[in-house]
Amino acid sequence: MEKIIELKNISKSFDGEAVLKHIDLYIGNSEFITLLGPSGCGKTTTLRIIGGFEKPDEGDVIFEGTRINDVPAHKRSVNTVFQKYALFPHLNVFENIAFALRLQKCPKEEIRRRVKEMLSLVALEGFERKNVTLLSGGQQQRVAIARALISHPKILLLDEPLGALDLKLRKDMQNELKNIQKQTGITFIYVTHDQEEALSMSDTVVVMADGEIQQIGTPIDIYNEPVNAFVADFIGESNIVDGVMPADRTVRFSGHTFECLDGGFAANEAVDVVIRPEDIDVVSPDQSPLTGTVTGVTFKGVHYEIIVDVGGFKWMIQSTDFVEEGARIGLKIGPDDIHVMKKSRYSGLYGDYSSFSDELDELSDADKVEE
Amino acid sequence: MRKRSLLSTAAAYPHIVWMVLFIVAPLLFVLYYAFTDPSGAFTLENVTALGSHKTTFVLSIALSVIATFLCFIIGYPLAWIISRADPGRQRIYMMLIMLPMWTNLLIRTYSMMAIMDDGGFLNGILAALHLGKVHLIGTKGAVLFGMVYDFLPYMVLPIYTVMNKIDPRLTEAASDLGAGGWRVLTKVTMPLSMSGVVSGITMVFVPSISTFYISQKLGGGSFELIGDTIERQFQNETTYNVGAMISLVMMVLILISLAVMNKFSDESEEILP
Repeated sequence: MEKIIELKNISKSFDGEAVLKHIDLYIGNSEFITLLGPSGCGKTTTLRIIGGFEKPDEGDVIFEGTRINDVPAHKRSVNTVFQKYALFPHLNVFENIAFALRLQKCPKEEIRRRVKEMLSLVALEGFERKNVTLLSGGQQQRVAIARALISHPKILLLDEPLGALDLKLRKDMQNELKNIQKQTGITFIYVTHDQEEALSMSDTVVVMADGEIQQIGTPIDIYNEPVNAFVADFIGESNIVDGVMPADRTVRFSGHTFECLDGGFAANEAVDVVIRPEDIDVVSPDQSPLTGTVTGVTFKGVHYEIIVDVGGFKWMIQSTDFVEEGARIGLKIGPDDIHVMKKSRYSGLYGDYSSFSDELDELSDADKVEE
Repeated sequence: MRKRSLLSTAAAYPHIVWMVLFIVAPLLFVLYYAFTDPSGAFTLENVTALGSHKTTFVLSIALSVIATFLCFIIGYPLAWIISRADPGRQRIYMMLIMLPMWTNLLIRTYSMMAIMDDGGFLNGILAALHLGKVHLIGTKGAVLFGMVYDFLPYMVLPIYTVMNKIDPRLTEAASDLGAGGWRVLTKVTMPLSMSGVVSGITMVFVPSISTFYISQKLGGGSFELIGDTIERQFQNETTYNVGAMISLVMMVLILISLAVMNKFSDESEEILP
């Protein structure tokens, strides 16, 4: 894949606090790439460095082979869809979208034609004369996208563009954004803290935490082969338990030895073992060495979320079968359900559901929106 | 509910009494004097008397328009620069802008006299440098300087307040779309700060057009502004009525300019978020 932009050893701090630590990343042409991470992980700063709104303290930003550290935002072929749209309140829909072309002193006829094209791309025909402050969130969003795309930038940066929309609209816009990206062939760099959004839209996901890149990969890789406890926990739900690898293809955890597909570890190396809640089958206690007591069952629509106490460690299981609270069950785990990871500084911090609460999750999600 | 509305009516009384005594009644007096002669009989003579003050009117309007314009030319960039400084600095700059207002207008004007006088501070320096003398006191330039100096904070303050409220993402969005510094200013910052400009202009124009003290002291009595004329009329019992008529015309002029200004600011406010 042809590289369009490259970040080499980028570091940035604000008021002495390191926000980005030696970021290395390249982005291919026409790629839909998502920077995913919790609030404060440095994803927005990375985006702002690419956009030209921040200068890195260290490292190089390379655009199509040229270093652009000192090129100001208005001279970069990179446009941004801002978090809260940042539409110009003194201009109507037409003039907002035409802004970039007016600056380029395009002929009037061409401006009219291209704005019309953009309006049809974002399904806002007939909105030309509308006041942008009177539009709904979703409509403002579309105007912001049209405004950023009209000058045919090489890269479009999107900073949590769907954060302010409600769930249903968000799903529709996800599809639309993906379609627009395919139609235009423009490289999209998308920032979000919403892992589901990242998985469903991206060609490549970059998981960030604490100013560092944790993992880069396709959504499937990131989900199935997380590199450490942070990624495993942040992307989807995960049971993460301490284990040891006595030999290749064998892992020992929760007092039992299991067959697995992983290898390449030192003999008896301590590891983190990830088992996804949906990969665990609920069986009767005599059918599996791993048994536990059900301590909580929540109906989630498609499946039940079952919390099981296995020797003091709480596991989460997602199953379409109902089990009684207090029942003793067996947990059946196949070799390909087990994913073994090296120990990292995130080991032991995640993947235990003993203090699990949906409510807490949502609360922390709410303040993640504001970064 | 009824008790409460009684109470609120009662609470409004002092204010109503105050307004009637000190705003409505004086206005009625002005109106009464404007259309009567010293004996109290109805007359339109005062209207004809206005004719002899025509040049003063024109001069006053001209000087206050120029002063307002100068305040805008100086104040707008100043407000813009301050609004872009980091927050700690902004407070210091605003403090410096406001500082002269802590001193009484009369004292400030006297100090300006002392500085600009033919034998004053400035000419003292020029003389020491063998650069000759400049005659400042008594010129229209000195009066303009006084007006601009005294009323500049009234221009900077409202513009700065409005600019400070402009979402920084809007200016970022403009530069993102290809606007350099100058065009960010003209295409986004300026249109969005219009409401501040309108109130700044109003707040400078109104005191400028009615000023009398500045012109007396810095004008050195060589010419008169409309404020001085009004003051002089009221110092003499026989010209009370003419003074009232001039005041009335001034009020109407100011009201008209306020109405025009408000129309502008209404339009710009509509489009602010």
